[in-house]
Amino acid sequence: MSEQSGAHAMQFGIMSVSDITRDPVTGVTPSEQERIKATMAIAKHSEEVGLDVFAIGEHHNPPFWSSSPSTFLAALAAQTERLIVSTSTTLITTNDPVRIAEEYSMLQHVSDGRMDLMLGRGNTGPVYPWFGQDIRQGLPLAIENYALLHKLWREDVVDWEGKFRTSLQGFTSTPRPLDGIAPFVWHGSIRTPEIAEQAAYYGDGFFANNIFWPKEHYQRLIELYRQRYAHYGHGTPEQAIVGLGGQVFMSAKSQDAVNQFRPFFDNAPVYGHGPSMEDFTEMTPLTVGSPQQVIDRYAAMREHYGDYQRQLFLIDHAGLPLKTVLEQLDILGSEVVPVLRKELAKDRPANVPDAPTHAARVKAEFGDGPTRQARPGANRGDNLTGDSPYQDTPAPAGAAFGLGRKDA
Amino acid sequence: MTTRRIAVVSAGLSNPSSTRMLADRLAAETLKALAAQNIEASVDVIELRDYAHDITNNMLTGFAPPALETAINTVISADALIAVTPIFSTSYSGLFKSFIDVLDPDSLVGKPVLIGANAGTARHSLAIDYAIRPLFAYLHAEPVSTGVFAASSDWGGAGDDVAPLAKRVEKGARELADAIARRQPSVVVDPYDPSTYLGEGRSFGHMLGGLAGE
Repeated sequence: MSEQSGAHAMQFGIMSVSDITRDPVTGVTPSEQERIKATMAIAKHSEEVGLDVFAIGEHHNPPFWSSSPSTFLAALAAQTERLIVSTSTTLITTNDPVRIAEEYSMLQHVSDGRMDLMLGRGNTGPVYPWFGQDIRQGLPLAIENYALLHKLWREDVVDWEGKFRTSLQGFTSTPRPLDGIAPFVWHGSIRTPEIAEQAAYYGDGFFANNIFWPKEHYQRLIELYRQRYAHYGHGTPEQAIVGLGGQVFMSAKSQDAVNQFRPFFDNAPVYGHGPSMEDFTEMTPLTVGSPQQVIDRYAAMREHYGDYQRQLFLIDHAGLPLKTVLEQLDILGSEVVPVLRKELAKDRPANVPDAPTHAARVKAEFGDGPTRQARPGANRGDNLTGDSPYQDTPAPAGAAFGLGRKDA
Repeated sequence: MTTRRIAVVSAGLSNPSSTRMLADRLAAETLKALAAQNIEASVDVIELRDYAHDITNNMLTGFAPPALETAINTVISADALIAVTPIFSTSYSGLFKSFIDVLDPDSLVGKPVLIGANAGTARHSLAIDYAIRPLFAYLHAEPVSTGVFAASSDWGGAGDDVAPLAKRVEKGARELADAIARRQPSVVVDPYDPSTYLGEGRSFGHMLGGLAGE
């Protein structure tokens, strides 16, 4: 517990898809309440074993429970000290970008900056009509909605006109981002080159799912993202911010892991009754075996994708009981991640950035000086002069007259 | 002399298969018709039976195992497709449709297709036009007007002696060869090339349109 989270070049963590699945061994399906509490226990334990990040998906249909990730993550942030809480992913297509701006800026405040946002288009077709959108507009929605979200966090007063959302005049999204720094955004993708392009355009992070498909798909996406990140002038390709998913199940003896995980694999909603576990582990990053096998497989990721900043593992799905998941976390924390940290730090070029944290991004923006602390001005709502409705801290005498603004 | 590639998809389930026999005849005759126009071509035959498990796995996991992926790339990058399926319950076989289902729906747009089918008796011959042709129409492929149906009897003495199988094969193959000859050789487009999804020389700012002022 000595190291501050984010002091790391690499962040390790877990991500949950929030599925409530029947345990194929016991035949028991947990209730929503049991699974939500279990996920909270898993998330808290991830901090206790020394991981850096917990991320949760967003779904609006059974068997998933996570329809409101910001509520869950706020509770998690309140019960942890170092853990970065994140989504994996937030639906940029069907959520109102104004609500995303508000909810996650709030999460940023209550977590003291220990959060970030991962955006995706979702994988449930009907979610579009449920929220009044058309799936055929998925990509344009992702592009336009993020453009608005990006603006809402960076401009105090926003005028907006787009195709998909009612227009805004003189709108201020509150609260303003903590310290004047917008939450860090990862753009998640399984297959879409336009999303890699989007991440590169803004200089944001790119998160490759790296779970369901062979590595070659993700290699092309990440390579594209790195090239375009440089193209848009954010740095060299090696300096782009890359995150990867992953999937493991471990036991001291390799064969025990195989035997223990097989019924869960064979019945898993995402790949059950399809390829054999052996074929699937061969084709994708899923690794079922000893901690050393996991270390070997994941230490090699940077050979496929270059040095990267964040590794998240999926370990709590397919009906795996809480006790088993907590044991998996113990192995990850004690045997796997410490070794991976060392392995992935070896010969890591100095120009490869560390994983993004709020503290580091504040420092990059303000140095050791005071950060922005927005407070509404007495003239709030004044759209006539185009002035900001905020005065920033430090608020010197006369700030009410606009003298305290950063640009004053 | 230009060269083209023809993909042949055969959905027969047995080995040897009369579906494959028909596919081979269609391919050989197409090569002959192309050669008559001074066009050289190669043929890649995909027997779907060999990929049956991979196709199911692809439907369950969302990705094609390596061997199937190679087969898919062979089909979608070809200059033309010869698609032959047995008729089961008045339509294409389930395996044939499953293969079509794992293709990207846009991947056959504009591709010339020669449709072949076989079944026990000629009573099923219209299945080409009421079941298989609409499938390719939906995919915006361009099937040639002749589809070649082979009944079991077409392979022996009691076949259609007014328009014998060989004549029908030759007619379909000639139409496909003409369709190939009318087109430029197919060019493989890299979906990960920014010019593919943005347009030549354009930036993401153009996708944002007025939002980014570009």
